[in-house]
Amino acid sequence: MAETGVTTTQVREPARPFVQPVTLLRIALIVGILALWEALSWSGLLFRDVVPSLLAIGRALIDTFADAGFYFHLYTTTYEIALAMLIGGLSGLVVGLLLGGSPLLSKAYEVYLYYLGPCPKIIFFPLMLLWFGVGPGSKIAMGAISCFFPIALNTAGGMREIDRIFIRVGRSFRANTWQMVTKIYLPAMRYPVINGIRLGLGVALIGTLLAETKLSNRGMGFLVIQAYEFFRMPEMYALLIILFVIAIGANALIGRMGGIATIKRA
Amino acid sequence: MSSATAIARSPALPFVLGVGTLVVALAILELVVSLGLVNPFVMPMPTEVFAALPRLIVEEHAFQRFLLTATEALTAGLLVAIVGIAAGALLYRFVLLRQATETWVAAAASAPTVLLYPLFLVIFGRNSATIVAMGFVAGLAPIILKTLEGLCTTRSVLINVGRSFNLTPSQQFRKILFPAALPTIFVGLRIGLIFTMLNIVGVEFLINFGGLGQLINEMADRYDIPGTYAAILFVVLVSVLVFILIERLERWLRPE
Repeated sequence: MAETGVTTTQVREPARPFVQPVTLLRIALIVGILALWEALSWSGLLFRDVVPSLLAIGRALIDTFADAGFYFHLYTTTYEIALAMLIGGLSGLVVGLLLGGSPLLSKAYEVYLYYLGPCPKIIFFPLMLLWFGVGPGSKIAMGAISCFFPIALNTAGGMREIDRIFIRVGRSFRANTWQMVTKIYLPAMRYPVINGIRLGLGVALIGTLLAETKLSNRGMGFLVIQAYEFFRMPEMYALLIILFVIAIGANALIGRMGGIATIKRA
Repeated sequence: MSSATAIARSPALPFVLGVGTLVVALAILELVVSLGLVNPFVMPMPTEVFAALPRLIVEEHAFQRFLLTATEALTAGLLVAIVGIAAGALLYRFVLLRQATETWVAAAASAPTVLLYPLFLVIFGRNSATIVAMGFVAGLAPIILKTLEGLCTTRSVLINVGRSFNLTPSQQFRKILFPAALPTIFVGLRIGLIFTMLNIVGVEFLINFGGLGQLINEMADRYDIPGTYAAILFVVLVSVLVFILIERLERWLRPE
């Protein structure tokens, strides 16, 4: 899982108009897309409800939030992802520290992780069903497997890039292994680790939700696939919008944490 | 990413350790299952799994399935490359458009697009079109971002050389900007193609249609436990081989 970089360019004009042209263009684009959507929905070119009216989607969003049952499913998925992140994240961190700390272990085992990392994890779901049953256990396992790889690889890579001088400082203070990990290694490599956690959360979310759509009786993924099976399209759009807002929001939040960490260091 | 190459050039000891651990782990597993300590319906013996591999190839047409998946992946990959590079160039050309939409593209790159598969099922039906479309959506954002990054980080010296030769904008793009951005674009293509393949195999498994993904689904549905393990092993091996191939290809194509 490689990270896709973003080049941010900032242009400062001497005289600022009341409304920035960029903001204006953004508003125009959003309004244009929404208008196109609505026109497509009314045109009858596609099957009814494949592109539902924005009003219908809005109503479905309100209905979803008003439905008490929704919060049970939201809680189930949140709980599954949280446990998956805890299990997969901690094991990824430990494995990453071991691999990053020892050149021999890294050379012996990291190549397996490196090539297994980008494999489609969802194909392991039948095995997770065999091992952990059809309940939340198999979903947690899917999420944990998914997030283990980016966190382990990022931790190992981050550890190798620590400035040698920090390690020498730790040694000269006679820090023991635990102190070295908590006082030297983890603070010095927090940026790659946080980045690993950000990538890990993204794939854990996907792993857990996809597993729920495949076979389950609760959770957000289950709700989406139910809406699909009963052809309740506005509800499906509403659920997908909620999921995307949560996923992109969580990603941005963790990304910002990484940003703050680097600012403090400077 | 260079860790793999560093590992590949190292002496034999780590390699022996890695493979040795794998063999010992499989041997322990074999022993544990044959002693009846683990339910064989949950964990078959590794030898049974390996024995099921030829069956997959002969009876389940694993290679034809691979070709089907590869065709879908290449179709989606080609679409992604054309649209993604064009979109990246467009965003580079129109600065205002870039300022307005670059964060959106970045957000889309981190969005769980594979969750849209029920939506694509409704629009395209349960067929190859859905699978190709899912692969396309998954791979697009990284290529746009990497193309943009490559074009934006072209050294100004190179651009000035083009200016001093009085190149037209299209010549400037073809002779200076595009070749200069090519290494970064290849990185984007590799990432995008991997996302595309990942999603294609995943969606094949989820909607039980098409090539390699469906193979796993079918074996699991038949409750053929060694077959399921063997199918998963086969798909993992195939994906690893494809990753290695893409990496080699990138290194070979990349102008240094």
